Amino acid sequence: MSKPKIAFHRCVSCGGCEMALLDLFEDRPDWLEAMDIVRWPVTAVSTIDGVEELPDRGIAVSFINGAIRTEAQAQMAQLLRRKSDLVVALGACAVSGGIPALANLTPREESPAPGVYARVHKLDDVIGVDYYLPGCAPPVPLVAGAVQAILDGELPERGAVLAPNKALCASCPLNGSKPDDVRVEKLRRPVEVALDPRRCFLLQGVLCMGPATRDGCGVACVEGNMPCTGCLGPTDNAGDQGAAMLGALGGIVDGDTPEEFGENTRALVDPAGSLYRYTLSAFPLKLIPGGRD
Amino acid sequence: MSEPGPRIVAFACNWCSYMGADNAGGQRLEYAPEVRLVRVMCSGRVDPRLVLAAFDNGADGVMILGCHPGECHYRNGNVTAMRRHVLLERTLTQMGLEPERLRLDWVGASQSDRFLRLANEMVQSIERLGPLPRRGKDLGEGAR
Repeated sequence: MSKPKIAFHRCVSCGGCEMALLDLFEDRPDWLEAMDIVRWPVTAVSTIDGVEELPDRGIAVSFINGAIRTEAQAQMAQLLRRKSDLVVALGACAVSGGIPALANLTPREESPAPGVYARVHKLDDVIGVDYYLPGCAPPVPLVAGAVQAILDGELPERGAVLAPNKALCASCPLNGSKPDDVRVEKLRRPVEVALDPRRCFLLQGVLCMGPATRDGCGVACVEGNMPCTGCLGPTDNAGDQGAAMLGALGGIVDGDTPEEFGENTRALVDPAGSLYRYTLSAFPLKLIPGGRD
Repeated sequence: MSEPGPRIVAFACNWCSYMGADNAGGQRLEYAPEVRLVRVMCSGRVDPRLVLAAFDNGADGVMILGCHPGECHYRNGNVTAMRRHVLLERTLTQMGLEPERLRLDWVGASQSDRFLRLANEMVQSIERLGPLPRRGKDLGEGAR
């Protein structure tokens, strides 16, 4: 049996996803032998010609990371889509815009330059995507699980998110510190608090996106005494991650008048950027800050 | 046919605001037909995701109407609605939504006149703003 052809490609990305891939192959060098990598610009395998010469659907899987900001990126994604049997959106940026999509909060009514879009898009805005592998960077065990499933031919239904569909809190070691009735007197910025590593961060007034975020990272940030920022995106149940968390905050932070509540949540200085840190390209409304179409 | 007016979704709580609207109907008072009422049990159950779904599905403005402070049938559901409105307004304004498009207010069960006034005011302010932009121009309508 011939080895499956695999492509790795990046669009607007920081390279964190590439690091996850390097970590993956460090753990499993045998997989490098089991697959024929036809494109991976971060290493040496980078010719586009080679991809163009392949038959349509000649690549078993393309892993594409990064968001889409230019026409050239969209065209390359379209080429890989045509040449691939499966496309996996790898990492928060490809899945829902990620950090680059924070640019969508800056007013820009027109394209800033030829070939550059006015806003940042997620991968499935420009091509069909078969699987979503979120995270910033995607946790290596999740990537390993996806590669294993591909090699074994045991993938879930197309369109699935290849990460657990339960909230991070379910795995959080601090979950036990939560009382039945969670009340927060006042939100505080992480820099203002010396976080007690044994107590739920939300109870300490710090925005932790755990309730609206997918599990699957090994609770890495909380273990490092930092609140979850939501990089694995929403569970199916949360749907819109920012709105789900916003609804939760409305339920738990004190304040009987708009003034009082406004004061108690003043620490949320960048609500759109905090609640939608990784999902702005997936936000349903295409509002143009500072102006309209 | 005349130009279609703005589309406004009004979530009204069962115990006060919807009663107020119902009373307006009972008295055959006329109010702006652009306001589409959605009866909910409590304004505190209007999840922010419902508000976004309304905008996403064609609303140009959304109203959340509950019992007056201190009069919630469930004690404090309207306080939850108020808090969420504060955060939602802050977040959506940052994203470019005009704050007038999302309105929270209180209508008592007997206040049909107040319901009338709020509904008509909302329609007027949304008419001034025009329709909500639906999508960016970047990828065009042909994008997948």
